[in-house]
Amino acid sequence: MSQQETQRITYLDALGLAQREEMARDARVIMIGEDISLYAAGGAYGDVDSKRIRSAPISENGFAGMAVGAAMTGLRPIVDLTIASFVYLASDPIINQAAKLRYMTGGQVTVPVVFRASMWHNQANAAQHSDRPYPMFMNQPGLKVVVPATPSDAKGLLKAAIRDDDPVLVFEDNDLWAMREEVPTDPDFIVPIGKAAVRREGTDVTIVSVAGCLKPSLAAAKDLEADGISVEVLDLRTLVPMDVDAIMESLGKTGRIVIADYAHRTCGAAAEIAAIVAEEGFKLLKAPIRRVVTPDIPIPFSPPLEKPLYPSRASIGAAARSLL
Amino acid sequence: MKNDIDGEAYLRMCKIRGFEEAVTQLITEGEVAGACHSSVGQEAAIVGACMALRNDDYMSGTHRSHGHPIGKGAELKPLMAEILGKATGVCRGRGGSMHLTDTSIGSIGESAIVGGGIPLATGAALSAQVRGTDQVALTFFGDGAVNEGAFHESINMAAIWKLPVIFFCENNHYAAVTPAVTTHGQPDVARRGDGYGVPGVIVDGQDFDAVYAATVEAVARARRGDGPTLIEAKTYRFDEHCVGLFINGAYRPKEEIARYKTERDPVVLFRQALRSRGHEEAALAEIEAQAARLVDDAVAFAKDSPLPEPAEAFDFVFASPIATRKQGVVPA
Repeated sequence: MSQQETQRITYLDALGLAQREEMARDARVIMIGEDISLYAAGGAYGDVDSKRIRSAPISENGFAGMAVGAAMTGLRPIVDLTIASFVYLASDPIINQAAKLRYMTGGQVTVPVVFRASMWHNQANAAQHSDRPYPMFMNQPGLKVVVPATPSDAKGLLKAAIRDDDPVLVFEDNDLWAMREEVPTDPDFIVPIGKAAVRREGTDVTIVSVAGCLKPSLAAAKDLEADGISVEVLDLRTLVPMDVDAIMESLGKTGRIVIADYAHRTCGAAAEIAAIVAEEGFKLLKAPIRRVVTPDIPIPFSPPLEKPLYPSRASIGAAARSLL
Repeated sequence: MKNDIDGEAYLRMCKIRGFEEAVTQLITEGEVAGACHSSVGQEAAIVGACMALRNDDYMSGTHRSHGHPIGKGAELKPLMAEILGKATGVCRGRGGSMHLTDTSIGSIGESAIVGGGIPLATGAALSAQVRGTDQVALTFFGDGAVNEGAFHESINMAAIWKLPVIFFCENNHYAAVTPAVTTHGQPDVARRGDGYGVPGVIVDGQDFDAVYAATVEAVARARRGDGPTLIEAKTYRFDEHCVGLFINGAYRPKEEIARYKTERDPVVLFRQALRSRGHEEAALAEIEAQAARLVDDAVAFAKDSPLPEPAEAFDFVFASPIATRKQGVVPA
């Protein structure tokens, strides 16, 4: 990959571009999901055969399962499940079929399917549109899970997911849709699955950031810098497989760790990271592990009820400060 | 009139019957771990459907999974080895009795989630349509599965996109121990096709010729691009839901079981049909002996095969292996 041309685009544009490029590159790539006919009708996908863009009825269990069957028989489907709370309706094909069939058949089949869902956060959509279901899929062997937090990662990780031979879940943060940055234009630009990124180097505290928590984590790090506290921010980018080496390397530098995630507390990604650090990095720790996460209650509608629940620049910063 | 597929069809039916009897024997000998669901009684429905398919046509099935791959032409040895949990099993010991998937004959999975295989086959049909091949997909499911959303969602999408798929219901009238008459608002599964604009056909599932003829027509329709068909084969399972499972309390009348076994045995009925259209007694006996030899060979192969090494449990989770750090196994 040459260090090369970029274009300034949004996170949402990056996702669309990733799909268009992969559809153009590989005739086996198809899209299936609700409300996607406009992509074809609007000409946004060029002269792609309309057979490859299936605007489906509201039948998540059915079309997600069909995507699994299509993946086993020569296609590489991208399933658009729209809002992450709807992923539960496709649980059987994702968990019982996609995740397990390669294993259960002794390697006779591969299941190259991508399940996309956007997570709506802090936007007054109430509990049935505000889920962040990635922890429960981390708990299902056979699935890869990515959580891009920047436009470049949105493009590069989605393209990597489409090219991967295993089922990959892509959880996208809706409040990042409008975020802009320079994104590589190389059609073969991918971000490898399983690699975390150090977004900011530091020596006193590590903030491990999950998904859209990158933004308040970086803001908190900047605040602490003003007080002479040097913060390293590690953006995990992929949850399965987790880049544990990167976590341990950062912990080796700082000896202190805060895990920031907008998802709920119990059995969350942050809980798993904390357990790994406690088991494998105990001797590196100079202070207790801290989680900054959302309490275990359904997400309420009214903004004054919803907003204070989430990790913030202030709460992440306070957690980091408390370790020094 | 002799049909040129008669011999092969009869061989496959005899193989299923003999295979299931051998499995039952192995269970009584304590050789089998886990549950087994026998296809005895349903051989004509299975083989009648499969004989209408090509090797490269797709098939999905159910937890009652032994008959489907045999019906579609799979070798018996790897299937029997899988049931005994051997390293030589078709799924290398990771599937077992409920999941005898053999992709070499077009199987894309035998699902122990009721209704789980229906979207998979519908998706395989979508794949064939997108890739522009003339393959079709056939999905086997029972009378219990038609109450799952997966059935309704899949048949609707197959209809709107004219997908080359055959929805094949082996209606054996009991979902485990629950009679279908207590769970179906409309007793004929085939009529559920009406709600989706899909032709529904009812056939006598104990009659090979009837099943075969109906499936040939459905396959031709699918290959022409005219879309799906729903076939309901009314059939009967001779054994309990699960071999060795004894239900305390009669959920089906003894007389009903006896009547099917004595009057409606699909293997016996097909044998009679073959005799009446001119097949010699000696030729049929030779087919039966051939099936018995193949079953015996499969049992011997399975018994002689090695068990898998425990460390192999970590293989085949991912196709593009990732740098997963090996997770520990609790030491013995």
